[in-house]
Amino acid sequence: MKRAPEITVPRGELLERLRAQVARSEARIRPCPFPVPPPLTVLLPDGGLKAGAAYSLEVGGALLLALLAGPSQEGHWCGVVGMPEFGAEAAGNAGVSLERLALVPDPGDQWLASTAALAEAVPVIAVRPSGRVRESDAVRLMSRLRDRGGVLLVHGPWPRAEARLSLGDVRWAGVGDGYGHLSRREVTVTVVTRSRPVPRSVRLVLPTPEGLLAAAVPAPVEQAAGLRAVG
Amino acid sequence: MKSPEPAVDALRGRRTPAAAASRAVGRGARSPALPGDGDRCLVLWFPGWAVTAWALAEGVDAAFPVAVVAANRVVACSPEASAEGVATGQRRREAQSRCADLIVLPADEARDNREFSAVVECVERLAPGVQVVRPGVCALRSRGFSGYVGSEAEAAEVLLEAVVTGLGVTTARAGIADGLFTALQAAYAGDPVRIVPPGGAAAFLAPLPVSRLGDETLAGLLPRLGVHTLGEFAALGAPAVRDRFGEHGHRLHLLASGRDPRLVRPRVPPPELTREQHFEPPLALVDQVAFTVRGMAEEFITALTAAGLACTELRVEVTGEQDELVVRTWLTPGVFEAAAVVDRIRWQLQAAAGTGLHSAVTSLRLEPVVVDALAHHAPGLFGSGTDERVHHVLSRVQAMLGHDGVVTPRIGGGRWLAERQVLVPWGDRPATVQEAGGGAVPGGAGPAPVDRPWPGRVPDPLPSAVFGEPRPVQVLTADGGTVGVGERGQLSGAPAVLVDGDTRRRVRGWAGPWPIDERTWDPSRHRRAHRFQVVDDAGTAWLLVLQGARWWAEGRYD
Repeated sequence: MKRAPEITVPRGELLERLRAQVARSEARIRPCPFPVPPPLTVLLPDGGLKAGAAYSLEVGGALLLALLAGPSQEGHWCGVVGMPEFGAEAAGNAGVSLERLALVPDPGDQWLASTAALAEAVPVIAVRPSGRVRESDAVRLMSRLRDRGGVLLVHGPWPRAEARLSLGDVRWAGVGDGYGHLSRREVTVTVVTRSRPVPRSVRLVLPTPEGLLAAAVPAPVEQAAGLRAVG
Repeated sequence: MKSPEPAVDALRGRRTPAAAASRAVGRGARSPALPGDGDRCLVLWFPGWAVTAWALAEGVDAAFPVAVVAANRVVACSPEASAEGVATGQRRREAQSRCADLIVLPADEARDNREFSAVVECVERLAPGVQVVRPGVCALRSRGFSGYVGSEAEAAEVLLEAVVTGLGVTTARAGIADGLFTALQAAYAGDPVRIVPPGGAAAFLAPLPVSRLGDETLAGLLPRLGVHTLGEFAALGAPAVRDRFGEHGHRLHLLASGRDPRLVRPRVPPPELTREQHFEPPLALVDQVAFTVRGMAEEFITALTAAGLACTELRVEVTGEQDELVVRTWLTPGVFEAAAVVDRIRWQLQAAAGTGLHSAVTSLRLEPVVVDALAHHAPGLFGSGTDERVHHVLSRVQAMLGHDGVVTPRIGGGRWLAERQVLVPWGDRPATVQEAGGGAVPGGAGPAPVDRPWPGRVPDPLPSAVFGEPRPVQVLTADGGTVGVGERGQLSGAPAVLVDGDTRRRVRGWAGPWPIDERTWDPSRHRRAHRFQVVDDAGTAWLLVLQGARWWAEGRYD
């Protein structure tokens, strides 16, 4: 008796309604993505770092710090595995909270075991694998991450990475032929994701003179001349 | 001997719950519960205990004028100082004017208590059931012990002698009487041993001044009423005293008439929490030791748990065959468990092997330095918080990789990047400047203070990669020679090529030299170098250092 009005709902509207319902229940299960700096949100399909995913970074450094800063400022713990030269002071300037940062500088062969152990409670882990990553290890680690809702930022290649981020067209400003000092760097960040295989790029200032990440504004002519003097 | 110590005693007696309880007992069943001939009390008094405690703690013989001062008043002084005219209750300036070479020490109640526990243990070895009245005064029931030794006088002599032979403290005096108050007054009387016969308490107390009651109001008021001695005070009618001075006055009246309602309340000796194990034959392998001490660590933690305590700071002492002593204090943000204790022992042995320890291990001692109530560390009903879980996993990684395997960064001071980021092993307390010697050696043992200007530090933005161990590179001029800096800061040629390992890169931009010349006053730590920033043709920027004729990479901007 009561089912009669539902049948009258047009097919398209019903489909929409069901889709919305699925999205709602999915959103309840899947925590919202970890935030990233605003200029990067357009590049990533979820507008942030998806929990349970791995992101492969071609270079570590300032880009990694910028990605760690978002979750860290939200109060999440961050772990850094296998990066003995991690610059803590630069990380602090980039916005990473040093009180919630644990470093495992030199795990050697046990990088995978350390990362897996950290994944139990540390939601954001940056890792540089020593040696080749086996597919089976990666799958096991990723299932633990999905279970715990963590995210992995890998410096280097990673099988089944959610996205690959690379830097290109680097231009440093502020340093000349024996004068000045490094003040800012303009880079192009390119992202290839699994869902969008077409590379998407954005021009960024990374780092700014304060050590942060910002969108690059089209440079006025005289500043461009200054940049040309560097190269 | 006029001293304010009785005052302190009576005040404390009033405040402690034990005394309040005994007072309640005394009040509940008034006259019949008053001490009879069976409640003989033996009091040991150590005059000027604060000075003795200081001498014991410092290991010196206080055969010179010493005074301990609290709130600008002398609270204790050595016999040499008394001979010069220093007395308790004096102002510090007055005491110093009486005795020019007086050593003035600040009072330290913790030290007094700590050192007095050795005395109590020494007495307890002969006669159990000791009550610590305050540091410097302890009491026990004399009946059993004097019956065992022979007489009351002999009992007191035996105890005094034990303290002299055990600790070398010769100043002790003993008093035996009915009730604590009378026995204490007997000890104050001046002889090494003073015995007030049973039933003679009132007669003994009668000539003493009312100030001995230790109540300032009464000590001022009673003489104005014409009552100068305890005997005269005791002669007043009990109901009249109670009406005029209340319950407190009534209690003091009981004391003055030699009917102290307080009984000796023996202390419960604290449980022994320290554990020690000897290895016979000595163990040479770290794993052997770690395996053998597992049982002891379990026992150590079980004993703490049974006492309702949680250990948060642990001291491990390892003794080697050649009498080396390796001591280290370990901290944890959580609570030590048996496995964690074994881990700490293992790490300590691994770190000490070859440096502080050259022989097999003969004994090992665990001592809880800081304990906390276990209830503060109980896991919550709905699981533990994030930080607790993080601590758990970090400890687990630490157990895998060693104590230095997991670190947290702190920013310190200094001019060099590697020096500014201080890596603190997880669980350790970051060393502060105070711990590193009060700032007397900046940049020495501990990190330098961060809130100084540090001229010569790298300008922002900072390199995201900092090489803890400087990475050797080469910087060449266009014609292939190494770039050098002359005596007056002039370059031998513009940097053109950067050689990092096997890769050669063309330099596309550079800045420098920025001289750093630090600690010129200390030849062993003097460092003179020049910094450069270099951008290579791959777009990587480097922070380079030229020290002497060698180039290093200090950091990389990537």
